[in-house]
Amino acid sequence: MADLHLPTTLTPLFAGLPRRLDVDAATVDDAISQLDAKWPGVRDRLCEPGPAIRRHIHVYVDRERAQLDTPLDAKSRIDVISAISGG
Amino acid sequence: MSKTMVAVGTRKGCFLLESDADRRSWSMRGPYCEAWPVYHAVFDQSDGTIYAAAASEWHGSAIWRSADFGETWTHSSEGLAYEDGGKKLSKVSTLSVAHGRVLVGVEAPGIFASGDRGETWSLVTNLEGQPGSELWDDPANQPPGHLGISGITSDPGDANRFWAIVQGVGLFETTDGGTSWTPRNRGLRADWPRPHEEVGFCVHKMVRSSTDGNRMYQQNHVGMHRSDDCGQSWTEITDGLPSEFGFAAAAHPHDRDSFFVIPLDPGHGRTMPEGKAAVWRTRDAGSTWQRSERGLPQHDAHLGVLRQGMAADAYDVPGYYFGTSTGQVFASADDGESWQEIASYLPAISSVDVAIVD
Repeated sequence: MADLHLPTTLTPLFAGLPRRLDVDAATVDDAISQLDAKWPGVRDRLCEPGPAIRRHIHVYVDRERAQLDTPLDAKSRIDVISAISGG
Repeated sequence: MSKTMVAVGTRKGCFLLESDADRRSWSMRGPYCEAWPVYHAVFDQSDGTIYAAAASEWHGSAIWRSADFGETWTHSSEGLAYEDGGKKLSKVSTLSVAHGRVLVGVEAPGIFASGDRGETWSLVTNLEGQPGSELWDDPANQPPGHLGISGITSDPGDANRFWAIVQGVGLFETTDGGTSWTPRNRGLRADWPRPHEEVGFCVHKMVRSSTDGNRMYQQNHVGMHRSDDCGQSWTEITDGLPSEFGFAAAAHPHDRDSFFVIPLDPGHGRTMPEGKAAVWRTRDAGSTWQRSERGLPQHDAHLGVLRQGMAADAYDVPGYYFGTSTGQVFASADDGESWQEIASYLPAISSVDVAIVD
């Protein structure tokens, strides 16, 4: 199971969404779909039409910048970061 | 006893102010909407539900909703997007709630609607085909800031009729639910060249009398204007005001000839002239204007008020409310005779709306 870490700006938007959870997903996109199935609307908060990851949301898989099609394995660590933006 | 509630949209969330019918003592709650920038927060006047148009730099645009006066909130943007490869929806700017429907105006220019209390959205129109609309989304033609829908006015008697302001372009009316549109800018002033006769006007704010639907007032980039024929023609009524420029405006709820506006210095400052805060009102449809400043700061007060930053309640003796770019909310409970600061130190205020709830 991949180890998914979510930003503090996201979790208050969805009741019960934890900061950290395990996902069994083949890609970043698949992981987001799984989140969206359980917490409807999560995809809209992380992705924009295209689809693509939102401009100020950065996703890293095992410390490397990732995109929606970046593959995951059972030992992957996924970090979703709210990038510095505004004041 | 009735409660008076004021929804304040700010750069850091939505706040709620609450008072009784006397409107003298106020309490405040918030911030709500997870402190997202809120561009317009409004009440559904039929039941007190609050809708807030907000856009997070991180998480995009969404419409927030509270059906219990701010105790709990939900949000959604399902369907609130242009088709892939088309225009980009960068901001939700303005709301209008009527007939069980929520309309939201967005940037790039378009109007989306929700018939299920903000859970899902669908595109109503992007005013395609209007003169010059092919250039609206060209970044080279964008004015400072962004070009979008900056105001929507619903008709309380006809769900298919509403008005929309396209920033820097003008006012438009639809009578068929947004399928077709007619520019409503005849008689407006524009101090710049315009390639199309019917558009190219900088309409900042339009308000409509609730006692006479033919009576409209408009704060334009250049001048105050009045219409006596429901927007089909406009007459300038700037004479007597300290500035032709401003954003915020409010119509008296029971008198079609009474109207309030907050003139600002034009140019980059866009604050109240000479650092002296004042609201200006007319009781004769713009023939004469009176300065109302009692209770407002009269020195070193460089206050700005944005286009959605003023509202009127509907009590027999009406109250008026405005929020500033420096985080104060001022209210009058005596039809604009005097003012009281009812909130201070808020983030920069984008919008103010008021509702009377039981």
